[in-house]
Amino acid sequence: MEKILVGLKRVVDYNVRVRVKSDGSGVETDGVKMSINPFDEIALEEALRMKERGEVNEVVVISIGSSESQQQLRTGLAMGADRAILVETNDALDPLGVARIFKALVDRENAELVLLGKQSIDGDNNQMGQMLAAIWDRPQATFASRIELNGNTARVTREVDAGLETNEIDLPAVITVDLRLNEPRYVKLPDIMKAKKKPLDIVPATDLGIDAGPIVREISYEPPARRERGIMVDDVAGLVAALKDKGLI
Amino acid sequence: MSKVLVIAEHDGIELNPSTAKVVSCAAGIPGAEVDVAVFASSASEIASQAADIQSVARVLTIEREENSHLLAATLAPQIVALSDGYSHVFGPSTTFGKDLMPRVAALLGVNQISDIMTVLGSHSFKRPVYAGNAVLTVEALPLQVVVATVRTASYTAAAGGNSAPISETQVNVDLPTHTRFIDIQSGASDRPDLQTASRVVSGGRALGSSENFDIIYKLADKLGAGVGASRAAVDAGYVPNEMQVGQTGKIIAPDLYIAIGISGAIQHLTGIKDAGTIVAINKDEEAPIFEVADIGLAGDLFSIVPELTDAL
Ligand SMILES: Cc1cc2nc3c(=O)[nH]c(=O)nc-3n(C[C@H](O)[C@H](O)[C@H](O)COP(=O)(O)OP(=O)(O)OC[C@H]3O[C@@H](n4cnc5c(N)ncnc54)[C@H](O)[C@@H]3O)c2cc1C
Repeated sequence: MEKILVGLKRVVDYNVRVRVKSDGSGVETDGVKMSINPFDEIALEEALRMKERGEVNEVVVISIGSSESQQQLRTGLAMGADRAILVETNDALDPLGVARIFKALVDRENAELVLLGKQSIDGDNNQMGQMLAAIWDRPQATFASRIELNGNTARVTREVDAGLETNEIDLPAVITVDLRLNEPRYVKLPDIMKAKKKPLDIVPATDLGIDAGPIVREISYEPPARRERGIMVDDVAGLVAALKDKGLI
Repeated sequence: MSKVLVIAEHDGIELNPSTAKVVSCAAGIPGAEVDVAVFASSASEIASQAADIQSVARVLTIEREENSHLLAATLAPQIVALSDGYSHVFGPSTTFGKDLMPRVAALLGVNQISDIMTVLGSHSFKRPVYAGNAVLTVEALPLQVVVATVRTASYTAAAGGNSAPISETQVNVDLPTHTRFIDIQSGASDRPDLQTASRVVSGGRALGSSENFDIIYKLADKLGAGVGASRAAVDAGYVPNEMQVGQTGKIIAPDLYIAIGISGAIQHLTGIKDAGTIVAINKDEEAPIFEVADIGLAGDLFSIVPELTDAL
C-alpha cells in the first residue's frame, strides 16, 4: 500500500496529576508536561513496523491543533514517520470536527489506511476514529491488539469486553489501536537531528473549508468526588474483623 | 418531551446487564419515554428480557441475518433509520457501545456525549475526563438528537417486572459487507462476570506469573467474587485482556473490591472509583492504593492471601 495516515494528538502527559483550575474553566496546563497521546504513539509504531516489513511506502503523521503540536509531530518524525502535517487551529474542536478535518486530509492524500489511538487520554471520548470511518463510509476496527494486512483486506483482533474478537475488513479503513498492540520504540538523538530535515507542512484549518461544528458546550470542570483514606489493619485477623464490621462477609 | 431509543447489548442469546443500566440513566431524563431496540438475527428471547425492564415503554425488534453479529458498520445505518422521531439515542459505554455509538453520532451529524455519569437535564450531563481526574458538565445543542454512551458503573440496573409491548420493526436500508465477523475468543469462566459481580478480587504485577494467579482465583472462589487484574498483569500475560480494570479496561462498581499487589496508578483507580469498599493488600506501605483504600493491609501477598482464604 502507498500510504498510511497516523493521528498524533498533543495531550497532558499520562504521568501528570491533572488538576482542575479553581475557576472551573478547565484543567491546569501551564508548565505541565505535554506528550503524544500514548495510544497514538502505539498507532505510529504499528505503521512504522508495517513500513519496515515493506507493506507500506509512506507514513504521514497528522496533528490538528495549535502550533505547539509541532513538537509532537517532530517526535513522530524522529520515531520514523516520513512527513508531517499540522492542521493549525486555536479553536476548541469536538471529535466530529476533528473527524471532518481528517476526512479532508484522507481525500487529499488518498490514504488507504488511517491508524489512530482508540482514545485520547484528555477527553477520553473514544469516538474520533469511528466518526471518521462513518463519514468516509469505510470499515472501522476499534481497540486493535493485532493487525494483519493481506492485500486489500486486514484482519484485526480487537480487545472487547468478552475477550478477543477478530474482524476482517476491506481497505481502505480506519483502525484504532489498544495498548497491547506493540511497545513503541524510543527516539534516539541522531533521529531527532534527522527529523529536523523532514517535511512538516502547516495547513491553516480555515484553508480546508470544513464546517467543524456542531459543538458540545463545556460548562464547567470540577474535581471528582474524593475517596478518603480508610484504616490500616495489622494482620489477616484484623482484615477479617473489619470486613465483618462492614457486613461484607 | 424526550423520547429515548436505547440500543440493547446482547450476545445473541442473552441481554447484557448494561442495557438495564442504560435504561436507568435514560429514565432519569425529565419526562422521558424509553424504547429499547433489539437488533438480532433472532430477537424474541432477548426482546422479552428487555420488555421486563421497568420504565421501558416499547421494545422494537429488528431481525436481520446481518444482525447475527453486532458490528458497528452494519448496525449504525439501521439505528440512524430507526432514530427518526427520537430526541436521544443511548448505548452503554462498554466496548460494544463505544465502538458503535460514535458511528451513529457521526452519521447523524452530531457529537457523542461519552460516558454520562449524571443527567442534569435533557441536554445537560456530567461526564468524567482525564482518567476521571476531572468531571465535566456538558450541554448538547438543543433541537439536535443527543447520541450518548452511559457510564454503566454510575447506574444500578433498572428493576424487572415490566411487560412492555414488543413490536417487530422493519428497517429498509442497504448494509455494507466491508466488515466481517470472524470469531471471538473468550477465556470462558464460571466465575461471576467482572462487570456485574458484587465482589471482585484483582491481582497485579506482583503476582509474577499466571500460576501464581491461582491464589487470587482461590480467594475469589471462596468469596464468590469475579476476578480482575491491573494492566501490568495483563500485559505480562498472567491473565487475558478481558480482566483488565481501569481507564482503558473495565470500569466497575462492586460492593467489595480487593486489590492485591496493585500499586494504585490513576489509570487503575479510575476503574474502581465507584466501588463500595476497597481493600488493598500491598507490601509497600507507601503505595498509592492505600490512599483510596477503606481497609489496608501492608505485607506480603503470598502469605496474606492464602491465610485470608483459609480464614473465610
Ligand atoms: C494510557 C494508559 C492507560 C492505562 N490503562 C490502565 C488500565 O486500564 N488499568 C490498569 O490497571 N493500568 C492501566 N495503565 C497502567 C498503569 O499506569 C500502571 O502501570 C499499572 O496499573 C500498574 O499495574 P500494577 O499495579 O499491577 O503494577 P505495579 O505498579 O508494578 O505495582 C505492583 C505493586 O505490587 C506490590 N508488590 C510487589 N510484590 C508484592 C508482594 N509480594 N506482596 C504484596 N505486594 C507486592 C508493589 O509494592 C507494587 O505496589 C495505563 C497506562 C497508560 C499509560
